[in-house]
Amino acid sequence: MSESKTVTLNMGPHHPATHGVLRVVLELDGEKIVNATPVIGYLHRGIEKICESRTYQQILPLTDRLDYSAASANNLGYCLAVEKLMGLEVPKRAQYLRVIMAELARIMGHHLWLGTHALDIGAMTVIFYAFRDREMIMAMNEEISGYRLTPSFIRIGGVAQDATEDFIGKVRKFVKWFPPALEGYHQLLTENKIWTTRTMNIGTISAGEAVNHGLTGPSLRGSGVAYDVRKAFPYSSYGDFDFKVPVGEKGDVYDRYLVRMEEFKQSINIIDQAIENLPSGPILTDNPWVASPMQSEVQTDISALIRRFMINYKGTPVPGGELYSAVEGAKGELGFYLVGDGGEHPYRLKIRSSCFYLASALPRLLVGHMVADAIAIIGSLDVVLGEIDR
Amino acid sequence: MNDLFFIPIIKMFVIFGVCLFFITYTTWLERKALGHFQLRYGPMRVGYHGLLQPIADGIKNFFKEEVVPDNADRAVFLLAPIISISLAVMLLAVIPFGAPITILGKKVDLYLANPSIGILFILGFATIGSYGTILGGWSSGNKYGYMGGLRASAMIISYELSMAFAVLSIIMVTGSFSLVDMVGAQQHVWNILREPVAFLVFLISGIAELNRTPFDMPEAESELCCGYNIEYSSMKFSLFFLAEYTHLFVFAALVTTLFLGGWHGPILPGVVWFFLKTFTIIFLCIWIRATIPRLRYDKVMKLEWKFLLPVALANVIATGVVMALFG
Repeated sequence: MSESKTVTLNMGPHHPATHGVLRVVLELDGEKIVNATPVIGYLHRGIEKICESRTYQQILPLTDRLDYSAASANNLGYCLAVEKLMGLEVPKRAQYLRVIMAELARIMGHHLWLGTHALDIGAMTVIFYAFRDREMIMAMNEEISGYRLTPSFIRIGGVAQDATEDFIGKVRKFVKWFPPALEGYHQLLTENKIWTTRTMNIGTISAGEAVNHGLTGPSLRGSGVAYDVRKAFPYSSYGDFDFKVPVGEKGDVYDRYLVRMEEFKQSINIIDQAIENLPSGPILTDNPWVASPMQSEVQTDISALIRRFMINYKGTPVPGGELYSAVEGAKGELGFYLVGDGGEHPYRLKIRSSCFYLASALPRLLVGHMVADAIAIIGSLDVVLGEIDR
Repeated sequence: MNDLFFIPIIKMFVIFGVCLFFITYTTWLERKALGHFQLRYGPMRVGYHGLLQPIADGIKNFFKEEVVPDNADRAVFLLAPIISISLAVMLLAVIPFGAPITILGKKVDLYLANPSIGILFILGFATIGSYGTILGGWSSGNKYGYMGGLRASAMIISYELSMAFAVLSIIMVTGSFSLVDMVGAQQHVWNILREPVAFLVFLISGIAELNRTPFDMPEAESELCCGYNIEYSSMKFSLFFLAEYTHLFVFAALVTTLFLGGWHGPILPGVVWFFLKTFTIIFLCIWIRATIPRLRYDKVMKLEWKFLLPVALANVIATGVVMALFG
């Protein structure tokens, strides 16, 4: 038999299906992948290093830019870490608003995943339906914070503003609107014969291997491990809500798809409970080092003005110490390892990005499949390069 | 006196002009229909509801820079789009657009040529036309293009078979290779009623031949970033694009001719019926594109060799048996 030669194919960073600037160097035998090497770093902005020279408040907008498709969840993770270090208690109303924003962000992230994943596999219409619904969440973000994609709404010690009537109305409307829309996505894809042949038994990873690769989030749950930070280590009043953690069986692309589709439903369920039982009360902690005074106060009281100035320009001193605090982002466990030295800046902030681990599992998942499957697998892991490269 | 020398020339210009007009506007129809399937408008800016968009695109492409990659095979690279478009346009010659009409007392047939092997002409030239795709992908010196070309050659060899067998059963029913005779044989009963299986096989393998979703292997934009035409720019790309839509138009016209009774239909004139049916098929193709995901390359091959080809063969045999017993 003659020896066959392999071809090296450079997929990305400019490739329509690598979701940003992921680059995968594929070694191909015909159309079969013999070897795959993910190359990252094309979106490196040095966020972790910048954090060391910014005050704790100033870091907040940077966290929006990690997983930009689900920004509020990142804000929540960072704020929880800082609050833990300061020992702050967050009012109940703020906690519920945070949950609403984080779950809306999860839905937003999953919308982007669904659209691009389907587009990669060739079903080009789904993305427009997903973005129609994503737009409604964008409008909510804009209503409550003024920003559509990167709200920075969750602040250290609470949230930026109280929920307006309009916001609550919009959320209620969305909770009613979304389940039938989700049914529409299911109709387009779930039972589709081509969709199932493209996704079933592709990129299968067993529960043990998934854990060993450090996968978290829907990609881990697709393999049948019911690990969800919201359930395992409840934070921000997640214990108050009744929701399920969907798991898959085989750990293939289709199972990961079904898990995320079910997560849409569970997130809507959580939002519904939170908006209906929204407690009254303050939205910001009463710690004067953290809670920036309101505009009306600033305009009438010189001490409030000085305090606001100090918080915004000098920053809030945070006690020394180091801790790890994690939340369930849209892609998996998003952890912040925070080292404080008693000053206004963190000594070090290490971000545990779930997407980094997902991308590191790519060689294991891709080898043995075809080029077309590589696209499906990358889509099913739902990596966001903003979070990998940081 | 029917064979005045200038009549074929006039017909040539008219058919070429009218068809090219329709083909250009097929691109508009596709963008518009896809847009509305996908909750958007499609082109809206150039002209009323974007009606001048195809013309604007053509002009734009005309003025774009021609890029030939350094490691491309220059001669073949330049030849490929020419092969594609010229052979695609040639197919228009044998399509019967309507019943013969009388102009100034002279009977004028609404087709350019009626060779006795019309359908073989179409199948043959459509296959040669695919050399454009294959050579274009191969010569551009790009691995994505190369893979697109590779996929194109495999697909076209495979799907040509089931398509030919589907046509064979029609030939058996009508007893002629001439497209005009085939239309004539469908005056009372359309072939779709006589040969429904052949219709489905022809439709599926035709869409595969056209490289359209769900079989758009050679240009799968999310896998191969447009595949065979990845390195083409400017007018060369336009020619590929135009060839693709010419093939779509010819395919729809062929379905109309073979299965949907050609120009036959009540009340309206034949030409109108013909284009109505043709655009229904084109719309069906667009609809499929908007709805269905892409199959994987090896599954496409499996579908052909393990399903479509046996079905088409069985259909030919069944047609023969039925004709022998009752015909």
